[in-house]
Amino acid sequence: MPFVPSSQKTGLNGLLFRVLMLVPGGVLGCGLIVFSLGLLAFLSLRHNDGSLLGNGFTFDNFATLLHDPLYARVAGRSLLIAGLVTATTVVTAYPVAYFLAFHAGRYRAILLFLVTLPFWTSYLLRVFAWKIVLAYNGVLNSFLTSTGLLASPSLAFLNTPAAVVVTLAHAYAPFAILPIFTALENMPRSLFEAAADLGARPFATFRRVVLPYSIKGVLAAATVVFIPTVGDYVTPALVGGPNSIMIGSLIQVQFGRANDWPFGAALSVAVMALIALVIGLLRQTDRQMEKTA
Amino acid sequence: MRTPQPFYKKPLSPGMGLGVYVGLYLFFLYLPVCLIPLFSFNDSIQAAFPLKGFTLGWYRALLHNDGVRRALLTSLEVGGTSAFLATLCGLTLAYARVFLRSGLSTILSGLCQLPLLIPGVIVGIAMLIVVNVIGVGPSRIALVCGHMLVGLPTAFMILYGRLAGLSRSIPEAAEDLGAREWTTFSRIILPLALPALGSAFMLAFLTSFDEFIIAFFLTGSEPTLPVYIWGQLRFPRSLPLVMALGSLILAVSIIIAAASELMRRRGKLTERQAVS
Repeated sequence: MPFVPSSQKTGLNGLLFRVLMLVPGGVLGCGLIVFSLGLLAFLSLRHNDGSLLGNGFTFDNFATLLHDPLYARVAGRSLLIAGLVTATTVVTAYPVAYFLAFHAGRYRAILLFLVTLPFWTSYLLRVFAWKIVLAYNGVLNSFLTSTGLLASPSLAFLNTPAAVVVTLAHAYAPFAILPIFTALENMPRSLFEAAADLGARPFATFRRVVLPYSIKGVLAAATVVFIPTVGDYVTPALVGGPNSIMIGSLIQVQFGRANDWPFGAALSVAVMALIALVIGLLRQTDRQMEKTA
Repeated sequence: MRTPQPFYKKPLSPGMGLGVYVGLYLFFLYLPVCLIPLFSFNDSIQAAFPLKGFTLGWYRALLHNDGVRRALLTSLEVGGTSAFLATLCGLTLAYARVFLRSGLSTILSGLCQLPLLIPGVIVGIAMLIVVNVIGVGPSRIALVCGHMLVGLPTAFMILYGRLAGLSRSIPEAAEDLGAREWTTFSRIILPLALPALGSAFMLAFLTSFDEFIIAFFLTGSEPTLPVYIWGQLRFPRSLPLVMALGSLILAVSIIIAAASELMRRRGKLTERQAVS
């Protein structure tokens, strides 16, 4: 039976309490979110005249985005890098989540803690660690030259798009495990027996039973990895070099050196639209998987 | 709530192979991060093998560095304030969602998750625009606002999970005994949610303490620790100092995360004892 709060009987006092309860979250939290996003959308439609909120309304910012091939190229690269990172993290995380859900036994709690711990350590430091690994006089090069695999240190590791993919995949790895684990953990174990009774081999059981069951977790994992990586500007700056400029780097520059805030706002709005599109596609996949399952 | 399942007798699939994979996964997950503390004790400006010798010199230098001390104070202040606000917002939103259950509270609790769906760079510049429009500019207040927003989804989810898991008969009993909503909230709900509150506060604090992407835009004249580190990365000479500082930050983060996890687990335990 649903719980009916007493305020529905107590009148003014209860009403005051309810309003007060909604003030911090409503005004401070959600109000700030809505206000800032609204302001962002507003600014994206303004001329840049050097003043804070620009001057006059225009669609020029979005027109530039569409016509200058630079932006399509950078957006494509960002989608490609973020897509690769997402695929890598989800595929490598799945077996870990599977192990945690079905095989970890009494080690489950400690393993869960260990895989989520990096989530709470500094992202900047995790990226910086890769700079130490990949640099010319870095760990990888000193390892390869001291073991004789390379005659001299190589410049080929740092400042490449591949370095960005590896670093981001590593930095966001822990994000992917938890959603998949949660989905798998909720799966009734009896499904394994049912599949075995019906003569399914382990692989068929995985493909036809376990994977469809956990697809929601997989898509959630893909979302939480994809969103921060597609807008990242720190990793391209630290380990990416000039060929790895991503859309987040372009946004950052508009609010720094380029000093064109309205255009930066338009870029941000475009990125959010892109993300909404990707999430919509993922949702669609989810629905289709559910129909076929 | 998941009901406990009997332990599965037969092996489901080669669990040994999976176990080895998980071991390797953890190894590679931690390997690059472990290099930072390793090189922070190395007696050389360069972060390369072979190691040159053990030293505590970089940590000693850190103690006498004014820039680091000021950045630490800024980080602590911003982290504490933003975590307090995020926890407060998260608690009230979770309470409204679970117990008031109006359309508005459902919309608000959906809205407060929005920072999860927006890349940090956009949250950062959106807040930068806001603080410039209202006239504060990049400052500690700006940092507090930005970090409150990124801490809010986690704080809300932890507290929502806790409040939604409470037995409905507890507030019902309080009501039957004549308690007003405020009394029920402050005397019953709040004490029961205390461990979750602590856990939410600590994780929101950690989020702020380690956050760079947003802080980069909102830092005024006083950088937070990650922004300070970013500034030092340009100078190869200060690399060992950065690694000593990074090691300390990693240690603090790990301790706080562990404490938060323990607190959350103890919260679950006390409830089980209270119910049985």
